[in-house]
Amino acid sequence: MKVIMRNPRREIELRGPLSVTSLLATTEVRREAVLVIVDGTLVTADATVEDSATVELRPVISGGSS
Amino acid sequence: MKCRVCRDPAVIEVRRHNAGFCHPCFVKHCRDQVKKAVDAYKMFSENERVLVAVSGGKDSLALWDILVKLGYRVDGLYIGLGIGDYSSESAQYARSFAKAREATLVEVDLPATYGFDIATGSKAARRAPCSACGLSKRHLFNSEALRGGYDVLATGHNLDDEAAVLLGNVLRWDLAYLGRQHPVLEAGGGFVRKVKPLVRLAERETAAYCVLEGIDYIVEECPMSVGNRHLAYKGVLDDLEESSPGSKASFLFGYLERGSPLVAGVSAAEREALHPCPTCASPTVSEVCAFCKLVEKATAKR
Ligand code: SF4
Ligand SMILES: [Zn+2]
Ligand SMILES: [Zn+2]
Repeated sequence: MKVIMRNPRREIELRGPLSVTSLLATTEVRREAVLVIVDGTLVTADATVEDSATVELRPVISGGSS
Repeated sequence: MKCRVCRDPAVIEVRRHNAGFCHPCFVKHCRDQVKKAVDAYKMFSENERVLVAVSGGKDSLALWDILVKLGYRVDGLYIGLGIGDYSSESAQYARSFAKAREATLVEVDLPATYGFDIATGSKAARRAPCSACGLSKRHLFNSEALRGGYDVLATGHNLDDEAAVLLGNVLRWDLAYLGRQHPVLEAGGGFVRKVKPLVRLAERETAAYCVLEGIDYIVEECPMSVGNRHLAYKGVLDDLEESSPGSKASFLFGYLERGSPLVAGVSAAEREALHPCPTCASPTVSEVCAFCKLVEKATAKR
Protein backbone atom coordinates (compact mmCIF):
# COMPACT_ATOMS: atom_id res chain seq x y z
CA MET A 1 0.00 0.00 0.00
CA LYS A 2 1.03 3.56 -0.60
CA VAL A 3 1.15 5.74 2.53
CA ILE A 4 1.11 9.51 2.04
CA MET A 5 2.36 11.65 4.90
CA ARG A 6 2.26 15.45 5.09
CA ASN A 7 4.26 18.38 6.46
CA PRO A 8 6.55 17.70 4.69
CA ARG A 9 4.79 15.66 2.04
CA ARG A 10 6.34 12.20 1.56
CA GLU A 11 5.33 8.71 0.50
CA ILE A 12 6.26 5.28 1.80
CA GLU A 13 5.34 1.73 0.73
CA LEU A 14 4.08 -0.82 3.26
CA ARG A 15 2.86 -4.40 2.82
CA GLY A 16 -0.88 -4.93 3.48
CA PRO A 17 -3.34 -5.91 4.66
CA LEU A 18 -2.69 -3.97 7.83
CA SER A 19 -4.94 -2.69 10.59
CA VAL A 20 -5.01 1.08 11.01
CA THR A 21 -3.65 0.60 14.52
CA SER A 22 -0.56 -1.23 13.29
CA LEU A 23 -0.16 1.17 10.38
CA LEU A 24 0.01 4.04 12.89
CA ALA A 25 2.40 2.10 15.12
CA THR A 26 4.70 1.30 12.18
CA THR A 27 4.80 4.92 11.03
CA GLU A 28 5.06 6.14 14.65
CA VAL A 29 2.14 8.49 14.21
CA ARG A 30 -0.19 9.26 17.07
CA ARG A 31 -3.80 8.35 16.30
CA GLU A 32 -5.24 11.60 17.59
CA ALA A 33 -2.75 13.66 15.57
CA VAL A 34 -4.04 12.51 12.17
CA LEU A 35 -7.06 11.56 10.13
CA VAL A 36 -6.66 8.25 8.34
CA ILE A 37 -8.03 8.56 4.81
CA VAL A 38 -8.13 5.33 2.77
CA ASP A 39 -8.77 5.82 -0.96
CA GLY A 40 -10.43 9.14 -0.18
CA THR A 41 -12.62 7.82 2.65
CA LEU A 42 -12.23 8.57 6.34
CA VAL A 43 -11.84 5.41 8.47
CA THR A 44 -11.71 4.58 12.19
CA ALA A 45 -8.82 2.88 14.00
CA ASP A 46 -10.39 -0.60 13.81
CA ALA A 47 -10.44 -0.58 9.98
CA THR A 48 -8.14 -2.78 7.86
CA VAL A 49 -6.19 -1.35 4.94
CA GLU A 50 -5.76 -3.61 1.90
CA ASP A 51 -2.46 -3.87 0.06
CA SER A 52 -3.90 -2.19 -3.05
CA ALA A 53 -5.01 0.93 -1.13
CA THR A 54 -3.60 4.43 -0.92
CA VAL A 55 -3.65 5.83 2.60
CA GLU A 56 -3.20 9.44 3.62
CA LEU A 57 -2.21 10.25 7.19
CA ARG A 58 -3.38 13.84 7.36
CA PRO A 59 -2.19 15.86 10.35
CA VAL A 60 -4.85 17.83 12.19
CA ILE A 61 -2.72 20.04 14.41
CA SER A 62 -2.46 23.64 13.27
CA GLY A 63 0.20 25.94 14.58
CA GLY A 64 -1.06 29.52 14.31
CA SER A 65 -1.04 31.28 17.64
CA SER A 66 -3.67 33.89 16.95
CA MET B 1 -16.95 0.61 15.35
CA LYS B 2 -20.55 1.76 15.17
CA CYS B 3 -22.17 5.19 15.18
CA ARG B 4 -23.32 6.10 18.66
CA VAL B 5 -26.50 7.62 17.29
CA CYS B 6 -27.77 5.30 14.54
CA ARG B 7 -25.54 2.17 14.78
CA ASP B 8 -24.36 2.44 11.15
CA PRO B 9 -20.61 1.92 10.63
CA ALA B 10 -18.64 4.84 12.08
CA VAL B 11 -16.19 6.93 10.03
CA ILE B 12 -14.69 8.84 12.96
CA GLU B 13 -14.22 8.32 16.66
CA VAL B 14 -14.25 11.18 19.16
CA ARG B 15 -12.34 9.91 22.16
CA ARG B 16 -13.38 12.79 24.40
CA HIS B 17 -17.00 11.67 24.04
CA ASN B 18 -16.00 8.00 23.88
CA ALA B 19 -18.11 7.74 20.74
CA GLY B 20 -17.99 6.94 17.04
CA PHE B 21 -20.13 8.68 14.43
CA CYS B 22 -21.23 7.90 10.87
CA HIS B 23 -20.94 10.68 8.26
CA PRO B 24 -24.44 12.24 8.63
CA CYS B 25 -24.47 11.96 12.43
CA PHE B 26 -20.96 13.45 12.69
CA VAL B 27 -21.91 16.44 10.53
CA LYS B 28 -24.95 16.95 12.72
CA HIS B 29 -22.77 16.63 15.85
CA CYS B 30 -20.46 19.41 14.59
CA ARG B 31 -23.28 21.77 13.68
CA ASP B 32 -25.03 21.05 16.99
CA GLN B 33 -21.85 21.86 18.93
CA VAL B 34 -21.49 25.18 17.11
CA LYS B 35 -25.16 26.03 17.61
CA LYS B 36 -24.81 25.17 21.29
CA ALA B 37 -21.79 27.47 21.66
CA VAL B 38 -23.48 30.32 19.76
CA ASP B 39 -26.57 30.09 21.94
CA ALA B 40 -24.94 29.33 25.29
CA TYR B 41 -22.54 32.28 25.06
CA LYS B 42 -25.08 34.51 23.27
CA MET B 43 -22.66 35.09 20.38
CA PHE B 44 -25.10 36.44 17.78
CA SER B 45 -28.64 36.12 16.48
CA GLU B 46 -30.02 35.20 13.03
CA ASN B 47 -30.49 38.88 12.17
CA GLU B 48 -26.96 40.00 12.88
CA ARG B 49 -24.26 40.19 10.23
CA VAL B 50 -21.24 37.99 10.93
CA LEU B 51 -17.78 38.36 9.40
CA VAL B 52 -15.72 35.17 9.59
CA ALA B 53 -11.94 35.54 9.47
CA VAL B 54 -10.80 32.84 7.03
CA SER B 55 -7.23 31.67 6.61
CA GLY B 56 -7.87 28.96 4.02
CA GLY B 57 -7.27 26.35 6.73
CA LYS B 58 -9.66 23.71 8.04
CA ASP B 59 -11.02 25.56 11.07
CA SER B 60 -12.12 28.79 9.48
CA LEU B 61 -13.56 27.14 6.36
CA ALA B 62 -15.45 24.58 8.47
CA LEU B 63 -16.75 27.46 10.59
CA TRP B 64 -17.91 29.44 7.58
CA ASP B 65 -19.65 26.38 6.15
CA ILE B 66 -21.35 25.47 9.44
CA LEU B 67 -22.60 29.01 10.09
CA VAL B 68 -24.07 29.20 6.58
CA LYS B 69 -25.71 25.78 7.02
CA LEU B 70 -27.14 26.94 10.35
CA GLY B 71 -28.78 29.84 8.51
CA TYR B 72 -26.69 32.77 9.76
CA ARG B 73 -25.79 35.82 7.66
CA VAL B 74 -22.07 35.32 7.09
CA ASP B 75 -19.36 36.79 4.88
CA GLY B 76 -15.67 35.86 4.90
CA LEU B 77 -12.56 38.00 5.42
CA TYR B 78 -9.19 36.90 4.08
CA ILE B 79 -5.97 38.73 5.00
CA GLY B 80 -3.02 38.27 2.62
CA LEU B 81 0.08 38.20 4.84
CA GLY B 82 2.71 37.90 2.14
CA ILE B 83 4.05 34.58 3.43
CA GLY B 84 5.23 33.23 0.03
CA ASP B 85 3.55 30.15 -1.44
CA TYR B 86 1.68 29.56 1.79
CA SER B 87 -0.22 32.83 1.40
CA SER B 88 -0.93 32.45 -2.30
CA GLU B 89 -2.17 28.88 -1.84
CA SER B 90 -4.30 29.59 1.20
CA ALA B 91 -5.92 32.53 -0.61
CA GLN B 92 -6.89 30.17 -3.44
CA TYR B 93 -8.66 27.85 -0.99
CA ALA B 94 -10.59 30.74 0.54
CA ARG B 95 -11.55 32.08 -2.90
CA SER B 96 -12.69 28.74 -4.31
CA PHE B 97 -14.76 28.09 -1.20
CA ALA B 98 -16.49 31.46 -1.58
CA LYS B 99 -16.95 31.06 -5.33
CA ALA B 100 -18.50 27.59 -5.08
CA ARG B 101 -21.07 28.90 -2.61
CA GLU B 102 -21.56 32.34 -4.15
CA ALA B 103 -20.54 33.77 -0.81
CA THR B 104 -18.89 37.16 -0.25
CA LEU B 105 -15.18 37.17 0.54
CA VAL B 106 -13.62 40.46 1.63
CA GLU B 107 -9.87 40.54 0.96
CA VAL B 108 -7.13 42.74 2.40
CA ASP B 109 -3.54 42.35 1.29
CA LEU B 110 -1.00 43.46 3.89
CA PRO B 111 1.93 44.01 1.48
CA ALA B 112 -0.23 45.77 -1.15
CA THR B 113 -2.04 48.02 1.32
CA TYR B 114 0.52 48.62 4.05
CA GLY B 115 3.78 47.99 2.22
CA PHE B 116 5.26 45.14 4.25
CA ASP B 117 4.94 41.40 4.77
CA ILE B 118 5.13 39.39 8.00
CA ALA B 119 8.82 38.50 7.64
CA THR B 120 9.78 42.16 7.16
CA GLY B 121 7.50 43.38 9.94
CA SER B 122 8.79 40.75 12.31
CA LYS B 123 12.42 41.65 11.68
CA ALA B 124 11.91 45.41 11.79
CA ALA B 125 9.91 45.34 15.02
CA ARG B 126 12.01 42.58 16.61
CA ARG B 127 8.95 40.55 17.30
CA ALA B 128 8.46 36.82 16.66
CA PRO B 129 6.73 36.31 13.28
CA CYS B 130 3.56 35.01 14.94
CA SER B 131 3.48 38.02 17.22
CA ALA B 132 3.75 40.54 14.35
CA CYS B 133 1.26 38.47 12.38
CA GLY B 134 -1.19 38.12 15.26
CA LEU B 135 -1.24 41.81 16.01
CA SER B 136 -1.72 42.69 12.32
CA LYS B 137 -4.56 40.23 11.97
CA ARG B 138 -6.32 41.39 15.14
CA HIS B 139 -6.08 44.99 13.96
CA LEU B 140 -7.34 44.27 10.44
CA PHE B 141 -10.12 41.94 11.61
CA ASN B 142 -11.47 44.68 13.83
CA SER B 143 -11.12 47.56 11.40
CA GLU B 144 -12.58 45.58 8.48
CA ALA B 145 -15.54 44.40 10.55
CA LEU B 146 -16.26 48.00 11.60
CA ARG B 147 -15.78 49.31 8.09
CA GLY B 148 -18.17 46.75 6.63
CA GLY B 149 -20.79 47.43 9.31
CA TYR B 150 -20.72 43.87 10.68
CA ASP B 151 -22.16 43.18 14.13
CA VAL B 152 -19.65 40.54 15.02
CA LEU B 153 -16.32 39.05 14.00
CA ALA B 154 -15.96 35.26 14.27
CA THR B 155 -12.65 33.39 14.31
CA GLY B 156 -11.94 29.68 13.87
CA HIS B 157 -10.27 29.07 17.23
CA ASN B 158 -11.12 25.54 18.30
CA LEU B 159 -11.01 23.68 21.60
CA ASP B 160 -7.33 22.72 21.16
CA ASP B 161 -6.33 26.30 20.32
CA GLU B 162 -8.15 27.73 23.29
CA ALA B 163 -6.79 25.13 25.71
CA ALA B 164 -3.24 25.83 24.46
CA VAL B 165 -3.70 29.60 24.83
CA LEU B 166 -5.11 29.07 28.31
CA LEU B 167 -2.11 26.97 29.29
CA GLY B 168 0.23 29.71 28.05
CA ASN B 169 -1.68 32.40 29.94
CA VAL B 170 -1.71 30.35 33.13
CA LEU B 171 2.00 29.56 32.91
CA ARG B 172 2.68 33.30 32.88
CA TRP B 173 -0.26 34.14 35.18
CA ASP B 174 -1.12 36.83 32.70
CA LEU B 175 -4.33 38.10 34.28
CA ALA B 176 -5.09 40.66 31.56
CA TYR B 177 -4.89 37.96 28.86
CA LEU B 178 -6.83 35.54 31.04
CA GLY B 179 -9.54 38.14 31.52
CA ARG B 180 -9.86 38.49 27.76
CA GLN B 181 -9.86 34.77 27.05
CA HIS B 182 -13.53 34.12 26.53
CA PRO B 183 -15.66 32.74 23.66
CA VAL B 184 -17.37 36.15 23.46
CA LEU B 185 -15.79 39.56 23.86
CA GLU B 186 -18.47 42.20 23.88
CA ALA B 187 -18.20 45.25 21.64
CA GLY B 188 -17.05 48.49 23.21
CA GLY B 189 -14.33 51.13 23.21
CA GLY B 190 -13.86 50.83 19.45
CA PHE B 191 -13.87 47.04 19.33
CA VAL B 192 -16.46 45.02 17.45
CA ARG B 193 -17.87 41.97 19.26
CA LYS B 194 -15.58 38.94 18.83
CA VAL B 195 -16.68 35.33 19.05
CA LYS B 196 -15.20 31.84 18.80
CA PRO B 197 -18.02 29.49 17.79
CA LEU B 198 -15.72 26.44 17.42
CA VAL B 199 -14.70 26.25 21.10
CA ARG B 200 -16.69 23.07 21.57
CA LEU B 201 -14.97 21.25 18.67
CA ALA B 202 -11.46 19.78 18.67
CA GLU B 203 -9.19 20.34 15.69
CA ARG B 204 -9.47 16.68 14.71
CA GLU B 205 -13.22 17.21 14.42
CA THR B 206 -12.98 20.33 12.25
CA ALA B 207 -10.51 18.53 9.95
CA ALA B 208 -12.83 15.50 9.71
CA TYR B 209 -15.77 17.81 9.00
CA CYS B 210 -13.90 19.29 6.02
CA VAL B 211 -12.88 15.88 4.65
CA LEU B 212 -16.42 14.51 4.96
CA GLU B 213 -18.11 17.59 3.53
CA GLY B 214 -15.67 17.91 0.63
CA ILE B 215 -14.18 21.22 1.78
CA ASP B 216 -10.69 21.67 0.32
CA TYR B 217 -8.33 23.51 2.62
CA ILE B 218 -4.62 24.14 2.96
CA VAL B 219 -3.12 21.16 4.79
CA GLU B 220 0.42 22.54 4.75
CA GLU B 221 1.35 24.56 7.79
CA CYS B 222 2.47 28.16 7.72
CA PRO B 223 6.30 27.99 7.49
CA MET B 224 6.56 30.55 10.31
CA SER B 225 4.78 28.30 12.80
CA VAL B 226 7.74 25.94 13.20
CA GLY B 227 8.84 25.83 16.81
CA ASN B 228 6.37 28.40 18.10
CA ARG B 229 5.28 28.23 21.72
CA HIS B 230 1.67 27.57 20.87
CA LEU B 231 2.66 24.23 19.29
CA ALA B 232 4.72 23.32 22.34
CA TYR B 233 1.70 23.92 24.61
CA LYS B 234 -0.43 21.81 22.31
CA GLY B 235 2.11 19.00 22.59
CA VAL B 236 1.95 19.06 26.38
CA LEU B 237 -1.85 18.99 26.36
CA ASP B 238 -1.91 16.21 23.76
CA ASP B 239 0.22 14.05 26.07
CA LEU B 240 -2.25 14.65 28.88
CA GLU B 241 -5.22 14.00 26.64
CA GLU B 242 -3.67 10.72 25.48
CA SER B 243 -3.52 9.34 29.01
CA SER B 244 -6.80 10.87 30.16
CA PRO B 245 -9.21 11.77 27.37
CA GLY B 246 -11.33 14.79 28.17
CA SER B 247 -8.72 16.64 30.23
CA LYS B 248 -8.32 19.40 27.62
CA ALA B 249 -12.05 20.07 27.62
CA SER B 250 -12.29 20.09 31.40
CA PHE B 251 -9.25 22.40 31.65
CA LEU B 252 -10.84 24.91 29.28
CA PHE B 253 -14.49 24.69 30.29
CA GLY B 254 -13.66 24.54 33.99
CA TYR B 255 -11.76 27.79 33.53
CA LEU B 256 -14.55 29.44 31.56
CA GLU B 257 -17.10 28.45 34.17
CA ARG B 258 -15.23 29.03 37.39
CA GLY B 259 -11.99 30.90 36.71
CA SER B 260 -12.94 33.44 34.10
CA PRO B 261 -15.52 35.35 36.22
CA LEU B 262 -12.79 35.97 38.81
CA VAL B 263 -10.47 37.79 36.42
CA ALA B 264 -13.02 39.51 34.16
CA GLY B 265 -12.51 42.73 36.15
CA VAL B 266 -8.86 42.99 35.11
CA SER B 267 -9.65 43.34 31.42
CA ALA B 268 -12.65 45.57 32.11
CA ALA B 269 -10.30 47.99 33.87
CA GLU B 270 -7.97 47.81 30.88
CA ARG B 271 -10.78 48.75 28.52
CA GLU B 272 -11.44 51.87 30.54
CA ALA B 273 -7.99 53.12 29.58
CA LEU B 274 -8.57 52.75 25.82
CA HIS B 275 -8.58 55.72 23.51
CA PRO B 276 -8.50 56.04 19.71
CA CYS B 277 -5.09 55.82 18.01
CA PRO B 278 -4.31 59.27 16.50
CA THR B 279 -3.21 57.66 13.21
CA CYS B 280 -5.83 54.99 12.52
CA ALA B 281 -8.51 55.55 15.19
CA SER B 282 -8.25 51.97 16.46
CA PRO B 283 -8.55 51.59 20.22
CA THR B 284 -5.26 51.46 22.12
CA VAL B 285 -3.85 51.99 25.60
CA SER B 286 -0.56 53.40 24.31
CA GLU B 287 -0.06 56.70 22.55
CA VAL B 288 0.04 55.16 19.07
CA CYS B 289 -1.48 51.70 18.49
CA ALA B 290 0.76 48.64 18.12
CA PHE B 291 -0.23 48.12 14.49
CA CYS B 292 0.68 51.68 13.47
CA LYS B 293 4.02 51.28 15.27
CA LEU B 294 4.62 48.06 13.37
CA VAL B 295 3.74 49.72 10.04
CA GLU B 296 6.09 52.57 10.81
CA LYS B 297 9.03 50.33 11.68
CA ALA B 298 8.41 47.90 8.84
CA THR B 299 8.24 50.62 6.18
CA ALA B 300 10.98 52.90 7.53
CA LYS B 301 13.85 53.52 5.09
CA ARG B 302 16.94 51.64 6.21
S1 SF4 C 1 1.72 30.55 12.07
FE1 SF4 C 1 2.24 32.56 12.87
S2 SF4 C 1 3.01 33.71 11.10
FE2 SF4 C 1 1.92 31.92 10.30
S3 SF4 C 1 -0.16 32.65 9.89
FE3 SF4 C 1 -0.16 31.79 11.96
S4 SF4 C 1 0.27 33.52 13.33
FE4 SF4 C 1 0.82 34.14 11.24
ZN1 LIG D 1 -25.14 7.68 12.59
ZN1 LIG E 1 -3.14 52.96 14.86
